[in-house]
Amino acid sequence: MTEFLAEIDWSPLWISLKTGFIATVIAFFLGIFCARKVMKLSVTARGVLDGLLTMPLVLPPTVAGFCLLLLFSLKRPLGSFLFENFDIKIVQTWKGCVIAAAVIAFPLMYRNARAAFEQVDVNFLYAGQTLGMSDREIFWKVIIPSAAPGIASGTVLAFARAMGEYGATSMLAGNILGKTRTVSVAIAAETAAGNYGTAGFWTVVIVLISFVIVALINIISGKGMKGRRWL
Amino acid sequence: MSLYVDIEKNFRDFSLRVKLTDASSSMGILGASGSGKSMTLRCIAGIETPDKGKIVINGKTVFDSEKGINEKPQKRKVGYLFQNYALFPTMTVEKNIGCGFRGKKGERDKKVEEYIRRYHLEGLEKRYPHQLSGGQQQRAALARMMIGEPDAILLDEPFSALDSYLKDVLQRDMKEFLKDYKGDMVLVTHSREEAFQFCRELTLLKDGRILVSGETRSIFDDPGSVEAARLTGCKNITEIQRLDSHHIYAKDWKMILSTEKEVLPCHTHAAIRGHWLTEEKNIPSYINGGENIISMDVIEESETPFEEQYLIRRKEEPEALPIWWMRAKKSTDFHEKSVPCRIYFPPEKIMLLQ
Repeated sequence: MTEFLAEIDWSPLWISLKTGFIATVIAFFLGIFCARKVMKLSVTARGVLDGLLTMPLVLPPTVAGFCLLLLFSLKRPLGSFLFENFDIKIVQTWKGCVIAAAVIAFPLMYRNARAAFEQVDVNFLYAGQTLGMSDREIFWKVIIPSAAPGIASGTVLAFARAMGEYGATSMLAGNILGKTRTVSVAIAAETAAGNYGTAGFWTVVIVLISFVIVALINIISGKGMKGRRWL
Repeated sequence: MSLYVDIEKNFRDFSLRVKLTDASSSMGILGASGSGKSMTLRCIAGIETPDKGKIVINGKTVFDSEKGINEKPQKRKVGYLFQNYALFPTMTVEKNIGCGFRGKKGERDKKVEEYIRRYHLEGLEKRYPHQLSGGQQQRAALARMMIGEPDAILLDEPFSALDSYLKDVLQRDMKEFLKDYKGDMVLVTHSREEAFQFCRELTLLKDGRILVSGETRSIFDDPGSVEAARLTGCKNITEIQRLDSHHIYAKDWKMILSTEKEVLPCHTHAAIRGHWLTEEKNIPSYINGGENIISMDVIEESETPFEEQYLIRRKEEPEALPIWWMRAKKSTDFHEKSVPCRIYFPPEKIMLLQ
């Protein structure tokens, strides 16, 4: 066993964690920003934009991966523009991992934030306005604290999803050991190569991490139920 | 201080047309739920935007559809007391009150402290709204609204969330707190008692339209229309036939009554409040002539802690509509069912309606 562990290259775990963390930060701010903007729209515009922003959640990740590949390929306008002007390469790099994970995790963050905002009694917002608070002040001092539990569970879910991302990541970032090989990519690759031991090991790691995260959400979101008996 | 409101707002199955001008600084809007009274307040505060019209607060035009003026609620300096008080749940009392402060940052803490004292919230500074009683919540909301020194204040059913004992106490407190307030006040309510107590001027609203508006007392004395009479709480309303300038035949009650006010051909209904009816034996002796004294049957009786309520009907007229008769409890002479009595309808209390 110790021999087995000594031979394991731990880089996929660090890459997964790093990718998950950065992607969550991106999804966190982008999700809250979009949720706030969408809340201000008319019902029709809201429905259309909401559908668009939720797409990555309902489509197979490979579709998202394919679209991202189309966007960032060096043979394409945006990809070549980024490479020539800023020397930024997305395809087959760790940046690609982050972008793929962020895109897939974004809808979870966005939807949870929006649901949390919708739960906030609009009279609080109106009260803030009549008291002379700026809209920005109302958003940060009144809405965000009231929506905190929902935002927190959105963040945890987004992190879990970002960490476990496989489809879009493998298409955009590929499978380069030490660079873009995340745990989920590693499981697929090791299984394909017949290394069931290593694949099984990573599976256990992922199961443990996911379980801890889900338990964490339950504890956070369960706080409001403290002292309340059900049935 | 002055307030001028003339607005129009249309919805798919409801439209609001309201005009308010203040002759006194305490105005009330009385209406049933869905009459548009809260919507009116929201338009004044800037939470809702009317389709058309003009709103002037304290000489400053905050909304004018023709000139394209529509000030944000933040700029209107209007205090709004919400029905459920809308205290921010994640902030302490102190922080909540601080949110209403408009002025130099350095003076905030001192001012918050002053308002905590003025609204009797000492010791509750660090509590959260859900840890306060209904009355404390209301005082915290009042303090938060008043600390910004608004030009006008709007009270949206301020007592509807309270139980009746607390209501009486809080109404007294509220009067005390508002005594020194110099700006205009508009109170919206469905309660006749609140409207009568708090507002020198009153507007009756029904289905988005103004029924009548004027001095509160005179509206209660002479509502003018059937709907307005109902809104002011009058239960006894009858269709009439004009007999001469001071006599009517009350068709629904099946009786002839004399009135003090002149009966005009436009008057189609008459009404009398149940509290004004008296028994013959209690009529002051200077009234004579026997007019308006009518034999009635008691067909139903009930009592509240301090009042007796009877449903009475013209004797030997089973077709006649029953009339409510209310009187303070005197414990001794409770009328039993189907015991006849002689009732006096004071001519000066008969309201003539269109």
